[in-house]
Amino acid sequence: MNTVKNAGKGIPRQKKRETFSLNSAKLIRRDRQLYLLLLLPLIYILIFYYWPMYGVQIAFRNYRPRAGILGSEWVGLKWFKKFLTNYNFKQVFLNTLYLSLYSIAVGFPLPIILALMLNTVRNEGFKKFTQTITYVPHFISVVVLVAMINQIFNPIGGLYGTLFRLFGGEGYPYDFRSLASSFRHLYVWSEVWQELGWNTIIYIAALGSVSPELHEAAKIDGATRWQRVVHIDFPAILPTACIMLILRCGSVMTIGFEKVFLMQSNLNITTAEVISTYVYKVGLGSSSDFSYGTAVGLFNSVINCVMLIFVNLFCKKATDNEVSLF
Amino acid sequence: MKKPENNQNEIGLCRADRVMRNVVMTLMVLLVIIILYPLIYVVSSSLSSGSAVTTGRVLLWPVDPSLNGYKIVFSYRAVWTGYLNTIIYTVAGTAINMILTTLAAYPLSRRNFYGRNFFMTLFLIPMFFSGGLIPNYILMTKLHLTDTRWSIILSGAISIYNLIIMRTFFQNSIPGELLDAARIDGITDVGYLTRIVVPLSKPIFAVITLYYAVAHWNSYFDALIYLRSRDLQPLQLILRDVMNSVKVDLTQIRDAVVLAKMIGAADVMKYALIVVSTVPILFAYPFVQKFFQKGVMIGSVKG
Repeated sequence: MNTVKNAGKGIPRQKKRETFSLNSAKLIRRDRQLYLLLLLPLIYILIFYYWPMYGVQIAFRNYRPRAGILGSEWVGLKWFKKFLTNYNFKQVFLNTLYLSLYSIAVGFPLPIILALMLNTVRNEGFKKFTQTITYVPHFISVVVLVAMINQIFNPIGGLYGTLFRLFGGEGYPYDFRSLASSFRHLYVWSEVWQELGWNTIIYIAALGSVSPELHEAAKIDGATRWQRVVHIDFPAILPTACIMLILRCGSVMTIGFEKVFLMQSNLNITTAEVISTYVYKVGLGSSSDFSYGTAVGLFNSVINCVMLIFVNLFCKKATDNEVSLF
Repeated sequence: MKKPENNQNEIGLCRADRVMRNVVMTLMVLLVIIILYPLIYVVSSSLSSGSAVTTGRVLLWPVDPSLNGYKIVFSYRAVWTGYLNTIIYTVAGTAINMILTTLAAYPLSRRNFYGRNFFMTLFLIPMFFSGGLIPNYILMTKLHLTDTRWSIILSGAISIYNLIIMRTFFQNSIPGELLDAARIDGITDVGYLTRIVVPLSKPIFAVITLYYAVAHWNSYFDALIYLRSRDLQPLQLILRDVMNSVKVDLTQIRDAVVLAKMIGAADVMKYALIVVSTVPILFAYPFVQKFFQKGVMIGSVKG
């Protein structure tokens, strides 16, 4: 190149016009096929994920379908004031919070414990067998699960009644299926039954990457199995556990609609109404108040985001920037 | 990954270890029973006679074995339309899912992709924030898709979660050298994707396909809010209707004899319906089970 030949001769270097420069136009041209591939998914998310984000502004308007979104008058925080002062909403909010926290408190540690236990089992056959069995409930639909709960705990024809009579009970046992006080327990523990096995997968995968030399060294030093679990296995899954906890905390306020909706009845509505079902009822139910429903939903989403950011920040601080989602 | 623990002999176990092993084994066995028993109970009940179930005589095995429950289920026309609809939604939906997810995951997995961070962020934001139930409903109304099959098939067509899993697989399990070598032969990006990446990605495709398919098969929420016509309803909604009301729509029964039997057999029918709607998923399960741990590990936190 001219630059090499002229170096040291006092001649200015030739302007780098035809040399290989990575300006953006060239890069775009280089990747043009990748953009083509990305086009379809991009269109999809713009329409189905981003348009609703634009549409969420009806939470600040008095939405009338005829007037369209932009044609509906702006009312600011009117709906937010409405539900924040609504007596029912306070109950709904607390139900959501309580149910979520109960669910996390029970559902988060158990898969970890199970994964640690499974990891100590040396019989590969038994391990595989247990895993296969415990994964199955995850594939049952929520409709089937709730139907199973109702049938099994049926005091007359269900397993509950049968076992009661088997162990000498007289007549029929107490029917607690639709009670407000049982709703939370039925909800959370059926979730454990369904998801416990499946949720261990990610922890078992993390445990699989623990170097066997660590265990060998510990054994040589005379550590018991329990000590090895506490000092080797547990720290190995701690990063994964933190991420999973962040994810769970980040969705505290969006307790799923599907299962709660199926389990609701007139009797347990005081504990069984959560934000997502409330939004469904006010937004798409008989009164069909689109703006109000959107406002509640938006409030929900924002709280979730804030919680996610906070928990993520906390994890970052607590683990010296080692573990975080973003 | 087989640990070399297998050559530690039993005699070498100290007392603390033996206690722990016994405790763990007991708990495992207990867990298996707790998980397995309700499942067996449901299947057994579905194979029992109507009266045995209603009077609560079924404990573990079928009592007065009979196929009445299934006969009733299969004579209920809504079950057939529900099944057909669910199959349509699952097959079409999963196909679209896989195509869109792969098309997005591949470019995002290329490290030098210009604008990678920008596009990745664009795809990630919806995972944490969404417009919510009602704006989505309004969108479907504006697209004139409510009460059509497309509303179910297109709703949630890209799962960002699955997208990330697939992207991570492409990044970590397909060596970059392969692309360089293929480039020498003059391949294009699209050609590389279709001819090399896709055939190499069978494990992850199996896992993600299963994730999507199961989600479609088991869903009822989208159908609940977007569909009005009975003919379009998937199996899960039919199931829900049956569970909620002891009386099912009598005009849908074909066989009058079966109808008569049904009056005393609502409970068996429910159990049979549960089995009928879950069995197809369980069929797919053993085929893909071997890919699970690999699949999740591939997409999970780097070990």
